[in-house]
Amino acid sequence: MRRSVARIGTIALNTFREAVRDRVLYNLIVFTALVVGCSLLVGQVSLAIERIVLVNLGLTSISLFGIVIAILLGIGLVSKEMEKRTLYTVVAARPVRRWEFILGKWLGLVGTLTVNAAMMSAAFFGALLLLAHHLNRGDLGLVVAIYFILLQYVLMTSLALLFSTFSSPLLSAVFSFCMFIIGSFADDLRGFALMAHGPARWVGLGLSYVVPNFASLNVITQVAHSVPVGGHLVLLETVYVLLYAGAVVSCAVLVFEHRNMK
Amino acid sequence: MAAIETFGLEKTYKVGFWRKRPRRALKPLTLAVEEGEVFGFLGPNGAGKTTTLRLLMGLVFPTSGSARILDRELDDPEMKRQIGFLPEQPYFYDHLTAAELLHYYARLSGVDPRERSRRVDKVLARVGMEEHRNLQLRKFSKGMLQRVGIAQAIVHEPRLLFFDEPMSGLDPIGRREMRDLMQELNEEGKTIFFSTHILSDAESLCDRVAVLHEGELRDIGVVADIAREVSGQVELLWNGVAALPAISVLGGKCHATRDTVRAVLPERSLDAALDALRAKGCRLISVTPVRITLEDYFLSKLHAKPAEPEVRA
Repeated sequence: MRRSVARIGTIALNTFREAVRDRVLYNLIVFTALVVGCSLLVGQVSLAIERIVLVNLGLTSISLFGIVIAILLGIGLVSKEMEKRTLYTVVAARPVRRWEFILGKWLGLVGTLTVNAAMMSAAFFGALLLLAHHLNRGDLGLVVAIYFILLQYVLMTSLALLFSTFSSPLLSAVFSFCMFIIGSFADDLRGFALMAHGPARWVGLGLSYVVPNFASLNVITQVAHSVPVGGHLVLLETVYVLLYAGAVVSCAVLVFEHRNMK
Repeated sequence: MAAIETFGLEKTYKVGFWRKRPRRALKPLTLAVEEGEVFGFLGPNGAGKTTTLRLLMGLVFPTSGSARILDRELDDPEMKRQIGFLPEQPYFYDHLTAAELLHYYARLSGVDPRERSRRVDKVLARVGMEEHRNLQLRKFSKGMLQRVGIAQAIVHEPRLLFFDEPMSGLDPIGRREMRDLMQELNEEGKTIFFSTHILSDAESLCDRVAVLHEGELRDIGVVADIAREVSGQVELLWNGVAALPAISVLGGKCHATRDTVRAVLPERSLDAALDALRAKGCRLISVTPVRITLEDYFLSKLHAKPAEPEVRA
């Protein structure tokens, strides 16, 4: 077991290093420029709501930047390794089991996104300080919102990884993006289903529970208006994401375990 | 103990987009490679060499049959710790430097952390890459990548090595160095199983060769025995062109350079040819039996019937 953990850690570290050296974190420069620029701009043009505007814009950007990176890197996690045949020397002649490889790649990307989110958050809080000149206890809700965004990354990475095990990068990108869009409207889908009758109601309801619920992980508007997020919701969402991501990564392992690497 | 054993190992792929049809890449293959030998897997492109290697490496799953390496199952991690693999035209993580890549593979192979740096330095020196240890692999030439490929295959000091077309893409000097390295590794007691279609490499390195064609094992031969075999032809060398027509009539293929003539003819015509030379007053220089080369053997097996499976005690 200790050896497995060491191998998974080695693969995760390599995945992180690859992302850093491929200049993925350069997106931080764009993000920082965007958030700081906007903070200066809204400080000039809005009256009283400049904090709300900045929180909405900053957190939405953290969410979208991370999701895009999760999709772009996630879709190549396995397929790129197969295409370039880099995994031949990892799983063929090393005591690395296929599930260890998948788990290592997944952890590496989640780690990359976490570091990315931490840096974007630092830039965001810097911009907030620039605008409001101080932070208060109510801003703790912003940390919860960022934690929820991290949970979104975990979901997205798992889905992109799953698609990457059986499909081309282009198709994986399309599938992942569609899942994000549908998942962002999961609550609306459930609402429509409840209004429908007959089989449509059950199909709609079933679908709304099967798709990843990105909507429930979006508390940006709530925290922008300083409405606190309950501790039970944090716990519930954490358990939900862990279970959902666990199921998706298990599917990825299952597919990869039986895949011929031509 | 056999280092590699296959029992009716077979692979059929499904090809086509809509109507999938089967394509047999490897017909049932039964063979055994003994520990300590250099075993060459010969065949033209598309013969099934790479498929066999991928099956043995657990990259693809057999349609039927099975195989054992070092007397263990193909997915046994303990066995994998003892083997090294160089794929054809290897490609590695190009964001890493040569030293980082080898550290990465050493870690995955479970090399003791206290040993790791020493092993990496040793293999880098062995493949002549110590100067480029801190250069990212994206800046490497094909030949340099091949050297790093060898280094990653031996960094954990395996007992058994699998090389898929190890000489492909190398210049003559690189090929020579690779041959020398493979010889050294074998002298250290490592078993080497390698696929190639370059027969001269196989001839100089291998103890035994298997010929594969269209996914079918055609024969397994001992290189030393093949080299001892004679072809039933003799080569005559003499001075004087006067005997040329007489030798040609006897079925000799003649080639004259000024006054010196070289002819290859059936062994049964040798006496008559010597009489003809004497009659025309020519001076005989040499008579040599023509030996079978690996190339002759290889070509003859490509058109021969498939080999019977090896019988083991």
